[in-house]
Amino acid sequence: MEEVKEQIVSLPRLGEPAPAFEAVTTHGVLKLEDFKGSWLVLFSHPADFTPVCTTEFIAFAEIHPELQKRGVELLGLSVDSVSSHIAWVRNVEEKTGVKIPFPIIADLNKEVSLAYGMIHPGQSKTETVRCVFIIDDKQVIRTILYYPLTTGRNMDEILRIVDALQTTDANAVATPANWRPGEMVVVPPPNTQEMAEERVRQGYECVDWYLCKKKL
Amino acid sequence: MACISPDGKPTESGAKMLRALKSGLGSPEEIAKDAGLPLFRVRSGLRELTQAGLANRKNGKYEITDKGTELIE
Repeated sequence: MEEVKEQIVSLPRLGEPAPAFEAVTTHGVLKLEDFKGSWLVLFSHPADFTPVCTTEFIAFAEIHPELQKRGVELLGLSVDSVSSHIAWVRNVEEKTGVKIPFPIIADLNKEVSLAYGMIHPGQSKTETVRCVFIIDDKQVIRTILYYPLTTGRNMDEILRIVDALQTTDANAVATPANWRPGEMVVVPPPNTQEMAEERVRQGYECVDWYLCKKKL
Repeated sequence: MACISPDGKPTESGAKMLRALKSGLGSPEEIAKDAGLPLFRVRSGLRELTQAGLANRKNGKYEITDKGTELIE
């Protein structure tokens, strides 16, 4: 009887190093390590020349300058060929006037897609779903978002997450629900009774000792 | 190939990197700033230029080779 071997691939998790890769892109051969020192939004799309993906690429191009201000690079991916990617981005520019300024991985052998868990057979056995990996400047995965094939991504939320993560890193704070830059942030909860007693005297805006906010 | 065209000539970004190397800049960060290219493109491009024999890496710094110099003259 023929033995069926199944390779178990551990999917990336938050707080772990992003899986290394070397991939053919529309900007040449790129390695993950080429992005070291910058934040990176690595995202996958199901296929070139498809309607939802086209709206997303235009939207990603629109937030590209805002991401650059935050030291963030963008890198797209699908299992299409580099020729297909080139033809599609040229078509998008010709039809809409929007130039796609970031590279796109041509993951024909699905090496990167599988390493990042971008193919969900329940949605499609051959295409990548809409994934977003936010990777920090030390190449650690900080956020993973998955969207189904039929739902285009929300660019505001991607920018908001980048702002929240960078604010957390710079100030050792957390951010509350629906937080936007400029709003109050959450002070980490105290670990001891003594710290809890001190906390309520520290002049923060507190609901109680475990939920205190401050302005930055 | 992002820096070298199929005809063996440097692309616009490849030529910018070679000119930066010729001017004495040796780190990817310096070259990115001088050439106005993203750092990831420069790191990848320097790898490509090195593999093609147009640049060398010595003591952590890049420098242009004679072959690289010929291409931008």
